[in-house]
Amino acid sequence: MLAPALRHCGIWGSLTKTWALRVTLLSDLPLRRSLRGSVPQLESGGARASKVPQNPTWQMKEKMQPLETPQVTFELIDHLERLALVDFRNQEGVERLAKAIQFADLLQEVNTEGVEPMDSVLEDRCLYLQEDTTLEGNCAEELLKNAKQTVEEYFVAPPGNIPLPRREEQELP
Amino acid sequence: MTLTSRTVMAAPRQCCCYAGMLLWLSQRGAGAFAPRYRGVKPVSVLMSQARCTQTDTSTKRAVTAQVDLGDSAVPWKAVVGLEIHAQISSNSKLFSRAQVQFAAPPNSLVSFFDASLPGTLPVLNRRCVEAAVMTGLALNCRINRKSLFDRKHYFYADLPAGYQITQQRLPIAVNGTLTYRIKTGKKWNQMATRTVRIKQIQLEQDSGKSLHDEEKSQTLIDLNRAGVGLMELVMEPDMCCGEEAAAAVRELQLILLALGSSQANMSEGQLRVDANISVHRPGESYGVRTEVKNINSARFLAKAIDYEIQRQIEELERGGVILNETRSFDYKLGITMPMRDKEGKQDYRFMPEPNLPPLIVYDSRSLPPSVDPQQVVNIDLIQERLPELPATCRERLVEQYGILPEHSYTLVNEDGLMQFFESVLKVTQVEPKKVVGWVINDLLGHLKLQNLTVKDSRISPSTLAELLTLLENGKISSTVAKQVFQELWEDEGKSPSQIVAEKNLQLITDRKKLEEIINKIMEEHPEEVIQIRKGQKKILNKLIGLVQRATKGQADPVLVKTILEEKLS
Repeated sequence: MLAPALRHCGIWGSLTKTWALRVTLLSDLPLRRSLRGSVPQLESGGARASKVPQNPTWQMKEKMQPLETPQVTFELIDHLERLALVDFRNQEGVERLAKAIQFADLLQEVNTEGVEPMDSVLEDRCLYLQEDTTLEGNCAEELLKNAKQTVEEYFVAPPGNIPLPRREEQELP
Repeated sequence: MTLTSRTVMAAPRQCCCYAGMLLWLSQRGAGAFAPRYRGVKPVSVLMSQARCTQTDTSTKRAVTAQVDLGDSAVPWKAVVGLEIHAQISSNSKLFSRAQVQFAAPPNSLVSFFDASLPGTLPVLNRRCVEAAVMTGLALNCRINRKSLFDRKHYFYADLPAGYQITQQRLPIAVNGTLTYRIKTGKKWNQMATRTVRIKQIQLEQDSGKSLHDEEKSQTLIDLNRAGVGLMELVMEPDMCCGEEAAAAVRELQLILLALGSSQANMSEGQLRVDANISVHRPGESYGVRTEVKNINSARFLAKAIDYEIQRQIEELERGGVILNETRSFDYKLGITMPMRDKEGKQDYRFMPEPNLPPLIVYDSRSLPPSVDPQQVVNIDLIQERLPELPATCRERLVEQYGILPEHSYTLVNEDGLMQFFESVLKVTQVEPKKVVGWVINDLLGHLKLQNLTVKDSRISPSTLAELLTLLENGKISSTVAKQVFQELWEDEGKSPSQIVAEKNLQLITDRKKLEEIINKIMEEHPEEVIQIRKGQKKILNKLIGLVQRATKGQADPVLVKTILEEKLS
């Protein structure tokens, strides 16, 4: 499933190289320096072991602590719950959110003056253009296998957003 | 900017199935809730419809005149801006190679990417880029040599990825213009030229379709349309009424058709219009605007906009306020109403699309050497191959054939009529000016009467050419020509000469025969004869008419007149 898309993309193969380059550049920044420990070490022998560390390998330093704890209002939770479609209106959820905001705020410490923002590590790559031919599709059955509920060849979803009826209409039985 | 295309455009063909049967009661958007209104149409609705008709018939350009409501001496000014989604005419989708086709079996045109299965990546379709560049050039835009893709996030069941890939920060084309003409009076030749600025054209993905089943409280999702390439054209608010907007959209439709960059068929959802509308007092700043979404029919475009302008004015005159909201147009009731899904300010969380590097297009000068031509979009090459646009076409028709500008409008604006006209001219020596009359009055008149398009015409260009040649060569009279036209229309398969021969409709040029008829008529109308001889020449026409009636319009009019004048002098 993945293979054809990757093959078309072409840019993917040399991604690792680009990424390594960026890491080197970034390592000059103060924040990056303290994060350096997070670069995972290759494990010898255990071929199937995850390269992602199971626990944080670094800690926030004293001077990196932001001055104030962020305010998490009910309005903010409501807004984020709506955006994320995730229910986290409990003590643990709010604490986690506060911590996440605190962590993200650290980015403000980085001096970015005169630095052009980078969209993506691929931004200096050519965008591959493919010819306009039909090569895919006709796999409804396979796709619908992933669905919890189907009707004929349709996916079934909960009712979506529909126009709001007029006020006088709403009062009708 | 927003993706507005979730409405079911037309019922899929497979109406025999259960899902198809649900459609009529489950379509979202225009008409979706119509069944609920059965028998409970409020008086206010009826009133607003009446008002709407009044607005329609008014030919004044500015809404200011239309909305001069009673007590207020200062008129209102309306501001209308459009966002138009045009589906790119291509074989495959914008970022996948699944087929693009209207009314295919549900979910049959979906790739793994379109269903946003994990691990899939977007692969850009060159044709879609070329179509957008072509459209940008035709609309006098500046083509950005570098443009960027962004993700626009929102949750909806027919958008499986949870975001739409669009071009928010740096679109492919910017700063264009669209010039169109509208009628300013009752007559065809009373027209004015207007220009609307095009802010930008951006490439983006379409969403899938949702079919709402209210009874079972569920939504059926068809992803066939998910990922189809769209050009979103954002126009500046340079229009002031529904009629202007409708004329601009019609001109855009013709341009897209000429380019072939979109089929631009509104009924199949290939052209979808959202209108931003506000009203204000002249000299004051613009009012709060509303967005009327999913106007999917050319017929209702002007109506929806004029209704909304009227509604806002009434609300303000009543001392109310206009909410910055999204409304949908119900074509059955002819009104707009708020939509639930866009309550409050949307937070789309735009971010750069990480899987797509910037899109670079070139011109002949900037073209890097030794580059795969398949990987390059060359603006200059597209510019060179730009086909004749409707405006140029009209000018050419006027110049080449000496026809009236208003006729060139009708020929170009009716799909296929210009081709028909030019095909007729290829096989006949008859003057274009005479042909155009027959094409517009008779052919188009018959087509309109029966709600047919030019390609459904029962008379082919060569048949009309033959008929007009018979007329031109004096073989038949113009009365007979109209009669033969009618016969051709009703009875396909016969040629004009056959009909003339079978029904004996040739022009009577036999002097003796005509003299006999004329003598008889003069005998029957002695009083008229005396009056003509006394000098009342106008009565001569009456006698000519009587001769034509006696000959069923077949008499040679010139000869009849000569004989009568001889006899009566």
